[in-house]
Amino acid sequence: MFRKLHESDRGPVTIEIDGEIVPAEPGESVAAVIMRASAPWARLTPNTGSKRAPYCMMGVCFDCLAEVDGQSSVQTCLVSVRPGMRISRQAGKRRI
Amino acid sequence: MNADVIVIGAGTVGAAIGYGLAGRGERVLVLDGGDRDVRAANANFGLVWLHGKGMDMPAYYFLTRNSVDAWQGFAEELAETTAIDLQYEHDGGLVLCLGEADFEERRSSLLRLHNQLEDSSDPDWEMLDDGAVRALLPGIELGREVSGASLGRRDGHANPLRLLASLQAGIVRKGGSLRGGSTVHSVEAQAGGGFTVGFGSEKLSAARVVIAAGIGSTALARQVGLDVPIRPQRGQILVTEKVMPVLPLPTLDVRQTREGSIMIGATHEEVGLDCSTTSEAAAVLSASALRQFPGLRDVSLVRQWAGLRILTPDGFPIYAESETHPGAFVALCHSGVTLAAFHAGILADCIAGGQLSEELHVFHHRRFDVPKAA
Repeated sequence: MFRKLHESDRGPVTIEIDGEIVPAEPGESVAAVIMRASAPWARLTPNTGSKRAPYCMMGVCFDCLAEVDGQSSVQTCLVSVRPGMRISRQAGKRRI
Repeated sequence: MNADVIVIGAGTVGAAIGYGLAGRGERVLVLDGGDRDVRAANANFGLVWLHGKGMDMPAYYFLTRNSVDAWQGFAEELAETTAIDLQYEHDGGLVLCLGEADFEERRSSLLRLHNQLEDSSDPDWEMLDDGAVRALLPGIELGREVSGASLGRRDGHANPLRLLASLQAGIVRKGGSLRGGSTVHSVEAQAGGGFTVGFGSEKLSAARVVIAAGIGSTALARQVGLDVPIRPQRGQILVTEKVMPVLPLPTLDVRQTREGSIMIGATHEEVGLDCSTTSEAAAVLSASALRQFPGLRDVSLVRQWAGLRILTPDGFPIYAESETHPGAFVALCHSGVTLAAFHAGILADCIAGGQLSEELHVFHHRRFDVPKAA
């Protein structure tokens, strides 16, 4: 759906999204990587279970929430990638 | 005359009265203010609550109990009329106690209230030790300080925004009229009886008028001989992200909505007509919620809002008819959700019949006209 307009000149890192190993550019947000993944959505809404993808990319809309390294409801547009990060798309209401 | 009754205010109180009047065949016109007006009805916590209310004012306890007991039927009728589910649940409500002293204080306070009622029936609350509370709330971690709770058997909660929307829709469904953007500035008695109500450049008339304009009521009520002493009191509320159901019963300050959000309330601040939110309040409310429910520590807050309660000097409602201008009524309270069934029921009956019943006279604001000690 989305692709990068440039090739990174920095060494690529990889992160894992629901088990899929995807390349990422150092310094970019997790949300940006999710948008280039084969399924470019981040979460299912708590009430109707519909899909939500990153939208505002600036920490306002909360549509990019996903589980990052075991922590749920992380705004992935505000988190930069780290090598080996494990992302899970978030389904429905959070468990506490 | 444009209507039998004009209700000034379409918040939870005015809309409930208007809905009740419309259902009694009155030609009712309900006037709502502007979008930017101060609106307690948009900031409500949503409890339908009895236990602990009415200290030193047994009539308020019984008024509240009647309303709570009527709530299920009221909610069902509203849902039938408007197809809006109020999400009313009434499996009981808790007030958690922190430490032994707090527990004993809660017990003795509730006992004192019960004794004031001179009511032969058993209390509708009980004290639960911490084990019993933990058994009632198995899905959430309780704080180490939690020593027990009082459980009000009749208590519950509902969605206050759905209630408001449903009441307003119900007014129209039952044949009444509802006009928004109509902030009233004048109420005048007409020479031949009845009242003229002015808003914007318009004037409409009715045989009776009910002032239920929340914090804006003082200036209107004064025009028809009702001098109501009320003040705003700010309450701030926090709302979390939606989580799986963990809290089957509401507490006085933490409840989980049907959709999964956890609401955390509420501050009591004397700051005048200031509806802003503060980070201090967010810190205080979060800390208090975590002492009760440390399991909430990782849950994200997604909203914070503030509303202004309509408070009288003793905290109890004002229901009164003007002596100088019969047919002009005022209805003011801060528990508009709990009392909605009463407002749409008995109070609407009284206003349709033209006078407040004797049991309601105790709620007249003349109770504040006591000489001050020198």
